Amino acid sequence: MNYIFYFLIISSIIIGACNGKLQDVINAVMTGAELSVKIAFSLIGIMAFWLGIMQIAQKAGVIKYISKLLRPITRVLFNEIPPDSPAIGDIAMNFTANAFGLANAATPFGIRAMEELQKENKDKSSASNSMCLFLGMNTAGFQLVPTTVIAILAGIGYKNPTEIIAPTLLVTAIAFCSAIIMAKIAQYIVNKKGENNG
Amino acid sequence: MADILNIISLWILPVILITVLTTALIKKVPVYEQFTKGAKDGFKISVKIIPYLVAIIVGISMFRASGAIDILAKLFAPLLIKFHISPDILPLMIVRSLSGSGALGIFSDIANNSGADAYTTKLAAVMLGSSETTFYVLAVYFGAVGISKIRYALIIGLLADFIGIAAAVLVCSLMFA
Repeated sequence: MNYIFYFLIISSIIIGACNGKLQDVINAVMTGAELSVKIAFSLIGIMAFWLGIMQIAQKAGVIKYISKLLRPITRVLFNEIPPDSPAIGDIAMNFTANAFGLANAATPFGIRAMEELQKENKDKSSASNSMCLFLGMNTAGFQLVPTTVIAILAGIGYKNPTEIIAPTLLVTAIAFCSAIIMAKIAQYIVNKKGENNG
Repeated sequence: MADILNIISLWILPVILITVLTTALIKKVPVYEQFTKGAKDGFKISVKIIPYLVAIIVGISMFRASGAIDILAKLFAPLLIKFHISPDILPLMIVRSLSGSGALGIFSDIANNSGADAYTTKLAAVMLGSSETTFYVLAVYFGAVGISKIRYALIIGLLADFIGIAAAVLVCSLMFA
């Protein structure tokens, strides 16, 4: 992360200076900082609501039930956390919300899942294998119906916007599966290295 | 098919709410107290992710403002032409991992310039619809639990993005061309 941050800032300044866009780059600091806080604050309300509902769900045993239901799949994917970890239920809720394009609800579920994964994590500042896998699955953006894109297409007069649903679903499934496979390969390599060093 | 999915999308949250609250009622969980107890964390988490968001979003805003993406786009244009893809779509390929609102803006531009039913618009739509803003997800999810050593997470996210782009090109050329 250190290198990425360094690269983004330094290269922006150098490239901006070469392009005569230095003023824009400086302005971007201001607008970017403002946007970050705006995003964070716009999350507060919806986050509070879904975290509240999830707290009830946990006390009522709903999360535990979902975890049990998904155990055959999650035991293979998330093999480094206990199979009865509450993280599994949160992960399931996160994917359900994502799949149906409910990004606002998916974020609080995902954060809860991360918190549960963090409890199982030995080094609290470093991402565990399970966390990397979960993040990879999330960044692949699995979604059944790309609602925003369809809305834009319909808005500009595209005749049959729903025809993009099938190809999008196929592409997103490919990206999703490859993220899982790559994460599992990375986990295998990292663990193997750890064994050799230990 | 699309209609069914839309109905499910509409009903999924209400069904979750009904299921959770009804189960809680049967098990005699004090719903109001538990709700407020859980909701308390909403503010804490949102504030906690601010430093991570500022680092990522300011960095990416600067990068986009510097014109670096145009340079990258020019660099890769010959490669795209080889695959019979309009170079107009390049900025979208790069930005979709960096910024969600940026990608939406670029997509609207492409759609307006190429025409609603153009092949480029279809390809762009599939590319945008099948992606998630990798850097944003990374900042929010890892920021919320205070993780700064991300190990191989970003590499996998970006590789998956790249595979998504390649898959979009392949699928669209089979379906729409």
